[in-house]
Amino acid sequence: MSGPRIIPEPIAQLPWLVILLVTAIGCFGLVVLYSAAGGSLTPWAKPQGVRFFVLLAGSLVLSRLPLDLWRRIAMPGYLVLVVALVLVELLGAVRGGSQRWLDVGFIRLQPSELMKLFIVLGAARFYELMPPAETRRFSGIWPVAAMIAVPAALVMKQPDLGTALMICAGGATVMFLAGVPLRLFIGGAMALAVAAPLAVNFVLHDYQRNRVLIFMNPESDPLGTGYHISQSKIAIGSGGIWGKGFLNGTQSHLDYLPEGHTDFVFATMAEEWGLVGGCLLILAFILVIRWGLNVAQAAQTRFARLTAAGLSTTIFIYVMVNLMMVMGLAPVVGIPLPLVSYGGSSQMTVLLCLGILMAIDRENRRPARW
Amino acid sequence: MDRPGRIMTEAAQAYSFSRRAFVLGTAQAGVGLMLAGRMAWLSIAQNEKYNLLSESNRVNTTMIPPRRGWLIDRHGVPIANNRTDFRVDIIPDRLEDKDRVLELLRRILKLDDEAMNRIRLDLEHAAGFQPVQVAERLDWERFAAVSVRLPELPGVQPTRGFARFYPAGPAVAHLTGYVGTPTAEQFKATHDQLLVTPGFKLGKDGLEKMLEPYLRGKPGAKRVEVTARGKVVAELATRPDTPGRNIRLTIDAGLQEYAARRLGTNSGSAVVLDCRTGETLAMVSMPAYDPNSFSDGISHLEWAMLSENDHVPLMNKVTQGLYPPGSTVKPMNGLALLEAGVGANDRVLCTGAMRVGTGVFHCHKRGGHGALNLKGAIEQSCDIYFYEMIRRMGYDRIAPIARMVGLGQKFDLPLSTQRYGTVPDAAWKLKKYKTKWTVADGLNASIGQGYVLANPLQLAVMAARLASGRHLQPSMLAHQVHLDAPALPVASEHLAVVRDAMFGVVNQGGTGGAARMLVPGVSLAAKTGTAQVRRITMAERRMGVLKNGQLPFKLRDHALLVCFAPADNPRYAAAIVLEHNGHTVRNLDAPLIGRDIMTYLFDRDRALASLAEGEPTWGGDIATRMRAEEAAYRAAHAPQPAAAATKTDAGAATDSPAVEAATNVSDAQAEAMATRDTDPEDAGDPNP
Repeated sequence: MSGPRIIPEPIAQLPWLVILLVTAIGCFGLVVLYSAAGGSLTPWAKPQGVRFFVLLAGSLVLSRLPLDLWRRIAMPGYLVLVVALVLVELLGAVRGGSQRWLDVGFIRLQPSELMKLFIVLGAARFYELMPPAETRRFSGIWPVAAMIAVPAALVMKQPDLGTALMICAGGATVMFLAGVPLRLFIGGAMALAVAAPLAVNFVLHDYQRNRVLIFMNPESDPLGTGYHISQSKIAIGSGGIWGKGFLNGTQSHLDYLPEGHTDFVFATMAEEWGLVGGCLLILAFILVIRWGLNVAQAAQTRFARLTAAGLSTTIFIYVMVNLMMVMGLAPVVGIPLPLVSYGGSSQMTVLLCLGILMAIDRENRRPARW
Repeated sequence: MDRPGRIMTEAAQAYSFSRRAFVLGTAQAGVGLMLAGRMAWLSIAQNEKYNLLSESNRVNTTMIPPRRGWLIDRHGVPIANNRTDFRVDIIPDRLEDKDRVLELLRRILKLDDEAMNRIRLDLEHAAGFQPVQVAERLDWERFAAVSVRLPELPGVQPTRGFARFYPAGPAVAHLTGYVGTPTAEQFKATHDQLLVTPGFKLGKDGLEKMLEPYLRGKPGAKRVEVTARGKVVAELATRPDTPGRNIRLTIDAGLQEYAARRLGTNSGSAVVLDCRTGETLAMVSMPAYDPNSFSDGISHLEWAMLSENDHVPLMNKVTQGLYPPGSTVKPMNGLALLEAGVGANDRVLCTGAMRVGTGVFHCHKRGGHGALNLKGAIEQSCDIYFYEMIRRMGYDRIAPIARMVGLGQKFDLPLSTQRYGTVPDAAWKLKKYKTKWTVADGLNASIGQGYVLANPLQLAVMAARLASGRHLQPSMLAHQVHLDAPALPVASEHLAVVRDAMFGVVNQGGTGGAARMLVPGVSLAAKTGTAQVRRITMAERRMGVLKNGQLPFKLRDHALLVCFAPADNPRYAAAIVLEHNGHTVRNLDAPLIGRDIMTYLFDRDRALASLAEGEPTWGGDIATRMRAEEAAYRAAHAPQPAAAATKTDAGAATDSPAVEAATNVSDAQAEAMATRDTDPEDAGDPNP
């Protein structure tokens, strides 16, 4: 670096492009929530905005922390979350009914949400510790498989199909990038193809099975569970190229679109902003994720590489599953659109991911220490 | 690469990572493109489809039932019109928490127990999409009270619409018919949403049914923007309805109502035709139902009451009633005889009885009329004259003339049912009974008994054709009058003889002297008739024929009258047929009724004065009598609560089982009378 410094180095070093992109996505989300509330800051846009900027600031702070800290808390953090998941399960059993959060006094902690993050950190940490030669052996595979299976099963039992799938996908991504033999993934995909119909019939809850079956044929139940998908497609399809205009969406304002501010916020947006708005939003996410993968490519340690790629993919899976769901390409599994959907949990997870990614990015730019 | 035992170095691992990360990144970009493509498919290729769906979500279209076209009389007076109506219906499919909603409605609308009972029963029986009427003819306050509390009343639909109104009520019942809610079957056949729109009614009987396509009109649409929960957020442009066509009838509403009232307590019918055009001025069948109350929905109780009445109020006697025309055919017979070559002054000696083969045929006058020519025979209604002449000429010379003047004919009229009766001849009998025509058959037919059956409309046409000498076609719609009727193919001097004889019936000491009109300068020409519905045995004849007053209603004679006026220049013709009248009450007998109905056309005040004199003695006007009958019926039958339910399966009144039963009975009576030649001792006509 040369020349006079007007801006202090720590600030100049921040990855401004991605911060701007994320801020743009978040603000666009606030605009959509403002419209979804019928042109009102309450009840969604204002709290969501406050939370967004607080969490964004938090993630910038996180990015200043040394990556080593994450390396060290990866495994303990993972274990704590597994215990927390068990506790949640027990509490649910005691109180009757299902429960997803733990009340730890000042905040309601949802361990399954943080687990999306820590499965990536834990698996990356595991492969870092594993000697390279062991990676392709059975001893390099089954522990991670177990690390994925235990929380996934616990979350599945809550029951939260979407989060369980995301934990599996995040863990599997790290395994894939760590160099686990391809045939396992190909074989796994084939096994999944066989097992999925069986799972639909024997493992899933009735309401989950219904969602899957209705996804296959949403028109079969236009007023029941298929209603969500049908109305969402109507909202997106009727938006056209340019949309109906800000505050002019009828599907959302007249309450035809259910969950128009949470899981189906993309449909609310698409109705008013059309294909153009949708494509820009998808592009923004793709750019953020590409930046994350670039950070991973540039990272110097195995932990950093795997973590960066895994967290980017976690964000990607969030976006992909949600968009496929609202466009009628996937069953309704209850995954929000990160940074746009109303709700703190996903916001927090994604901004945590970004914080860690920025931390890795910061380390990448530091001159090599050898 | 997957060879076992390969040594994985850190460098190889880094290389593998960057390759796999590249694959991952490419796959993610691919998914991104796929999502954008999917979105483009939805929003461009399928934009139209989803726009429609979005609109149909947002916009709730309710039909506005079209205002039904009016039926007006020849002078423009409404016979059937529409009055503004505030009504409340329930759509069973949308009803939630039935008991709470009904209780709330009961309090708001101040419904009585009977109404609540009916609504509950109707709700149980209605198909879910069919609106169930809660109340009609509401005042504004109660209607508004329901309207403002709609959010608490799911499934309840207040409608401000139009209801059919028949100012003359029962007097026009069988002419206009009535309207009613479409049946579930009608909706299933067409799936026309209009049919399940609250307040929409279609013609069920009579002209309302026959003219339905013209009267209906086109529905309008009210469009509102609604939320998913059905809350209305905005009113959008409303398309007004196109009212149905108004249709002018040839009927004179005043005459129609007068005739209905003048029939009094009779079970009978009256038809008045214009002798110059064939236009139907009145077509009355009494007693009748009230089309206003039928159009509101008929209760089982009302239906049962009307079905059980021996005066058959559900039957349109003008076209569904078939009667032996009795002596009213004698002028027509006379015309046929003259055409067959009988001289107007050829005489027959009436001794009171006549032997034909083994049987004896009696005249109604026991001692006989002495020697009579044609005019005298018609005036005195002598049976022997016609027996003898028709024995000579053969009935086959009469039947063609009978058909020519309208008997046995079906007319081109917007009527749902026309029973057209019989003009018998040898060929007909052979076909129907496989037996040969006998002299006795011809003799019976010659006095309008036996196989001869006609409806009152045909009798009126007969009178009009004899009076005008033209082949008039009756009409009911002002735009379908059959003008320029050709002359009847008969000698006009023969017609003159017949008309003169009919003048004599009333004015020259004939049997119809009672019908003499009191209007200066106008005289009535007529022929009376009596039709027996039972046999008179020889034994009864010796003991003295039973008076009608001694007989049960169903066995009494029918009383008939055909007439026209003025006799010298016929303008109007009429037929009056009174079932089982029996000539028991003078001012309720056919001659006086005929005289008064004709008088109405020439001197309305005189006719009304005559009615005012008679009506109080018959138990008041039509509405008063109907109320009294209903009260008596209720008192006698202590109706079951279920009887309050709206009758939804009722077909047209004129198709009802009660009407079928009544026509079957009269058919059987006629047949029994006709086949009496097996017992020739009984033959005879005891009355003129």
